[in-house]
Amino acid sequence: MQVTITVNGVEQTRDIEPRMLLVHFIRDELQMRGTHWGCDTSNCGACTLWIDDEPVKSCTQLAVMADGKSITTVEALAKGGELDPIQKGFMECHGLQCGYCTPGMMMVGRALLDENPHPTEAEIREGISGNICRCTGYKNIVASIQWAADNPATTDAEVTA
Amino acid sequence: MQTPALVDYAKATSVAHAIELLEQLGEDARPVAGGHSLLPMMKLRLASPEALVDLNDIAELVGIRVEGDEIVVGAMTRHRDILSSAILAEHYPIFREAEHVIADPIVRNRGTIGGSACQADPAADLSAVGSALRGTAVIQGSAGRRTVLLREFHEGPYDTVIQPGEILVELRYPIRPGAGSAYEKVERRAGDWGVATAGVYVVVQDGIVTDCGIGNAAVGAEHYCSPGAEAALIGKPATEESFAAAAAVAGQECQPYADQRGPEDYKRHLTTELTLRALRRAAAASQGA
Repeated sequence: MQVTITVNGVEQTRDIEPRMLLVHFIRDELQMRGTHWGCDTSNCGACTLWIDDEPVKSCTQLAVMADGKSITTVEALAKGGELDPIQKGFMECHGLQCGYCTPGMMMVGRALLDENPHPTEAEIREGISGNICRCTGYKNIVASIQWAADNPATTDAEVTA
Repeated sequence: MQTPALVDYAKATSVAHAIELLEQLGEDARPVAGGHSLLPMMKLRLASPEALVDLNDIAELVGIRVEGDEIVVGAMTRHRDILSSAILAEHYPIFREAEHVIADPIVRNRGTIGGSACQADPAADLSAVGSALRGTAVIQGSAGRRTVLLREFHEGPYDTVIQPGEILVELRYPIRPGAGSAYEKVERRAGDWGVATAGVYVVVQDGIVTDCGIGNAAVGAEHYCSPGAEAALIGKPATEESFAAAAAVAGQECQPYADQRGPEDYKRHLTTELTLRALRRAAAASQGA
């Protein structure tokens, strides 16, 4: 079945089986390996991407269900060679060790800050409660998201002014 | 790697279109809502529908509104929108309290109230809420619409009264002025199914409980409710003694079984305790405390 899905602003048309999961469409059909494939049971959140700007676990959606939709993956966080504050936060605060959960953590972290620019620690912990990390104990991940909240990107307007 | 078996797929654009597609594709076709229950079952090959009819683009199935003396929730309304609904928060805080402990924020972005009802998982929090509130389900097929009490909607685990060619379109809950409501749940870890849960509404007038509904999930309560506990409470003074007596009936009336979440006696104890806590809070809210 033919689908057209806009991924990070680029229309992608493919002929796929309806049973293909969205995570495999992204990783195997499009060869974009930033989105990780983890538990396969919608528990760990490593496969989190956005469908129409909302975080979704892509192991639990069929690619055909995203036909006509707009998808954003971790590859789109950096703009023009400049890392997103959420990415800088994970660097600054040592928010990762093995890195497996990191794309999912950054995608929910970014979405959380877009909705709530100044979250409390409790709100951050609630926000990432669908994402599992087996290395860090979460402390530094929470700190990384907090860092991004405290250091938002300078907008173009501000730069010009 | 978990992959569903081969399956056909069609996207419905309206309720009438969905019913038409289901009839065309035959009785082994299934509607798919958010997909967060059905797709995991398909990946494990516990479910192998021959075709899926995708309901996600049907705008008429989404939304929360007041209609007369009822709150109407469209079957494709997502958990996150139930969690943040001002209408539901005003009339029934039980929804917000239950939604807050359903899965996790990412799953709540996709999962729907109708999908949850039709999955009919014995531990489904919203099924306990719907039974506690004595809501109704509106089901549509090619012959028209029919309405079923939520207390008669589930025929058993993973089984509902919905027939091939029908879909659930709305859930309706009667508004009860002066009612307080609350939801209590114990789970092993964030986002898990409950070990036991209790959801209740209570109406207290002049110190007397004049009306109540008591729901329990995950503990084998028939139709997710405890009519014996309700009968034990109605007409009684709104006191700790009355609540404890009713909660004890809920703990006796349910039929939990031992599993990795705990032994039977522990689940009965939890059911009693959580029902008591929910009754206390709902009664306090009804009395404006």
